[in-house]
Amino acid sequence: MLEAARQGRSALLIAPTGGGKTLAGFLPSLIQLYENPRKGLHTLYVSPLKALAVDIARNLEAPIAEMGLDITVETRTGDTPANRRARQRQNPPNILLTTPESLTLLLSLPDAGSLFGELACVVVDEAHALAGTKRGDQLSLCLSRLAALAPRGRHVGLSATVNHPEALRAWLSPTARAEDVSLVRAAPGEPPVIGVQLPEGRLPWGGHMGLASAPDIMARIAGAGVTIVFVNTRAQAELVFAAVWKLNEAALPIALHHGSLTVEQRRKVEAAMAAGRLRGVVATSSLDLGIDWGAVDQVIQVGAPKGVSRLLQRVGRANHRMDEASAAWLVPANRFEVIECAAAIESIEAGELDGEPPRQGGLDVLAQHILAMACHAPFHPDDLYAEVRRAGAYSELPRRDFDDTLRFVEDGGYALSSYERYRKLFRDSEGLIHVRGNQVALQLRLNLGTIVETPLLKVKLRGGPVLGEVEEWFISTLAQGDTFLFAGQVLRFEGMAGMVAQVSRGGAGEPRVPAYAGAKMPLSTHLGKRVRDILADPTHWALLPEGVQEWLDLQRDKSELPRADGLLVETFPRGGRWFMVAYTFEGRLAHQTLGMLATRRMERLGWGPLGYVATDYVIATWSAFEPADPEALFTEDLLGEELEEWIAESSMLRRTFRNIATIAGLIQKNHPDAEKSRKQMSVNSDLIYDVLRRHEPDHVLLRATRAEAAWGLTDVARIGQLLARAKGHIRHRRLDHVSPLAVPALIEIGHEWVSGGAEEAVLAEAIALVDEATEGADSFSGELGLGALAEDNPAPPPRHRERRKSRFHRKVPKEAVP
Amino acid sequence: MIAAPLHLGGERLMLCPTGVAIWPSTRMLVVSDLHFEKGSAMAVRGAHVPPYDTRETMIRLAFSIRRHAPRRLLVLGDALHDDRALARMAPADLAALRRLLEPLEVIWVAGNHDPAPQPDLPGISVPEWSEGRLRFRHIGGVTPLARHEAELSGHYHPKATMPTRIGGITRPCFLATGQRLVLPAFGAFTGGLDVRDPAMATVAKAAQRVFLLGRERLHSASFEALRA
Repeated sequence: MLEAARQGRSALLIAPTGGGKTLAGFLPSLIQLYENPRKGLHTLYVSPLKALAVDIARNLEAPIAEMGLDITVETRTGDTPANRRARQRQNPPNILLTTPESLTLLLSLPDAGSLFGELACVVVDEAHALAGTKRGDQLSLCLSRLAALAPRGRHVGLSATVNHPEALRAWLSPTARAEDVSLVRAAPGEPPVIGVQLPEGRLPWGGHMGLASAPDIMARIAGAGVTIVFVNTRAQAELVFAAVWKLNEAALPIALHHGSLTVEQRRKVEAAMAAGRLRGVVATSSLDLGIDWGAVDQVIQVGAPKGVSRLLQRVGRANHRMDEASAAWLVPANRFEVIECAAAIESIEAGELDGEPPRQGGLDVLAQHILAMACHAPFHPDDLYAEVRRAGAYSELPRRDFDDTLRFVEDGGYALSSYERYRKLFRDSEGLIHVRGNQVALQLRLNLGTIVETPLLKVKLRGGPVLGEVEEWFISTLAQGDTFLFAGQVLRFEGMAGMVAQVSRGGAGEPRVPAYAGAKMPLSTHLGKRVRDILADPTHWALLPEGVQEWLDLQRDKSELPRADGLLVETFPRGGRWFMVAYTFEGRLAHQTLGMLATRRMERLGWGPLGYVATDYVIATWSAFEPADPEALFTEDLLGEELEEWIAESSMLRRTFRNIATIAGLIQKNHPDAEKSRKQMSVNSDLIYDVLRRHEPDHVLLRATRAEAAWGLTDVARIGQLLARAKGHIRHRRLDHVSPLAVPALIEIGHEWVSGGAEEAVLAEAIALVDEATEGADSFSGELGLGALAEDNPAPPPRHRERRKSRFHRKVPKEAVP
Repeated sequence: MIAAPLHLGGERLMLCPTGVAIWPSTRMLVVSDLHFEKGSAMAVRGAHVPPYDTRETMIRLAFSIRRHAPRRLLVLGDALHDDRALARMAPADLAALRRLLEPLEVIWVAGNHDPAPQPDLPGISVPEWSEGRLRFRHIGGVTPLARHEAELSGHYHPKATMPTRIGGITRPCFLATGQRLVLPAFGAFTGGLDVRDPAMATVAKAAQRVFLLGRERLHSASFEALRA
């Protein structure tokens, strides 16, 4: 690293966690500042986490003070008070630690040139976690701008071990060329020691929560110094925490950490962890990255690991020292997960990683950047285009996309050019682009950033603190008195007070658990392949516990084992319906889409599909008639126009559009006129999407949406690969009973999630169910029940009585139906 | 597309999955909250949402007019998003709107967004409308009704969430009480207010049924069924 610094070259340091990466990143800067003390900003450090920036600042200040160096260090995040921000602009520190969002804001200021002009070095921490995300796109654009403002500044990236180091070098590069960044690899640390912890007794057939293993998890926590228990979803975190807490007879200090808890709550837990006051933390990906605690003795992963790289990242959280192996336990929740755990361990031993190379950046982020750059100073489109192409994430950006994005920022960029009078940017006679007025700049700065939250509501204890945030739709399903599990306690819903859900502690009944849309990560392609390999080849089975081996033996007897290539499809009758199970192993998201497409085709083939369920491993359908010929179903043309149509309708695309429209500035999260005008200022993004799709399908935001869907939907690509692989290799087994391997999928029926296209059917079903349950008393005939009872005059009876009456004493005159 | 019959004040109305109500015996089509030019109103304030909302709303309205061939059209207020809406409307859109309304007898009930009369559009502007036993007002639930009367209104943009096995599904809806019907907002850019929101209590206090808009049909549910 020092060598690269001496040559003034940019560098990417790849090292396992605990390798002292951050210090290595700063060392050259400290040496330079020691040798040539100077005023002004020398080194900029960018981290994905605010907390990390604050923590690094603390860790730097100590050695600087000890060595008596005259080097100033400060942080700048969204939490930095206004007076300190102003001072930082007047008198910048030598080393500034910040986040991508705060950096964008600094670069949008008119004086960014003088602030960053003498910058010698930019350090990007956890580069692997940023590249390929929207925050990474934004940072990539900022890096290119910094390279323009400070041509001699070096870019330094710090990264965990990744599958695509070349792509990461290009992403970091000041020129978008990988060869301009030296690659420095640290020696690999000790390989981690990973064990599998099975629950006592029989292995569960289904479920993903791993609650059966709570006693084992508790025992492991009690048996080690400090443990992080990683889970896959926030709902699982709540459940696992509750289950472990019940068994915590010794009252060990154990905490809960996930993204929906308040920031203060999370900071408290992190601080307690760092101070060694906790024995265990149950956490989601909220702790995947972050502060180096040093003293974590073991990591427990509950539930399937889903991906090798993520598992390694998590395992690396234990024991941040190079010379000692990290210790980790995998706790599979069901039989398939046992195999997945074995596959992950095999893969780690073989040194194989998963993960896609970072994609090209999104046009929504570019739109935000263009406006930010206009707020900084007038620019010529040709110059900005050239600068943007020097950003790694936009090195392949076509001029047309740039121009259309620029037009979008100017006036919306619609074919119907009716917004001429309401432009945000204008061009002067020399072709320079200026921002129109302070209001535009103010609005931009209020809405900077690429993190778009789903609508959330605060959860507040009555007469107490705010506990965190829950998705709005979950709250909307609660009635007063309903209980739910949140922040590690059972809460009773009391009602809404403005935009806050009021709760009290305790309450009766089985508590519900808030779930979060899109929270589940699908099985990675790489791990899916490993699972298939293990299933197909009994020589691998020695790795598996006896119960699982017996299960697979039984499958071989009753049906057959899925092969490593090809596709096994089983059909069997059960309860008056026909089931079809396809062993596809392409992950939940791909299976959702595949299930939708397959059932549509089954409809056409006359099989009378009734429903389907998608797990990470299989899709299962059930139908009125026998699926006689599965070969006719899983053909490559399944991904034809039906897919186009379905994707355009799907809720996934709507969510994507919502995020893109928000980041691009079409929908504004914050407005200077404050809360009261927010409702008037917003149009539901679904409505915009529908109207735009119909009237200008080629609009730049729709193109951006489709592009992102195509990237994000590697699962569609995965379906394509699956169908190609299966071609001519479909094994169809017609069975009399359910096969052993099919049982876990059938257990999931009733818990499935159905995608947007099926909404209409599900809605009709829900209403039919109510009719059925009330034997038609609740169905509607055209006549409302009140008869002679007037609403306003005389005074209306109490509300609940009135409704009961309408429900049970309704007249159903036949003649009302035309 | 299947319309659902609803008897109100002794009159038979037909509710359409598009969000309009038909009064067949008087050949009247009733629609509410068109909010023409909401898009450009937002552009004025810096959000360049697509300028196609007026066009889209008109296409949908034209579809309903073609389908039901009414003699009269009654708009329950908030036809225009604000008093500058007609000035902002693209000339082509304004001409198309006039053509669409030309053959009809149009009654514009005043709304809070467009309280002033509409001299530039065909038809008559009224604060409210009364015909037979039916009362047509922008905001319902405020004026007491006599026993034999019934009221149609808009304003609230009602929507409802039906619990299903995949979570709640939210749609714009009609809301019916014994004597009142609240229409969903028809405009392309109009959002909704949950029928259980306290802000709607004035009109929803005796709510009996909601009719969620669907692609081909209405999904009718009792008000109680909305509570999971």
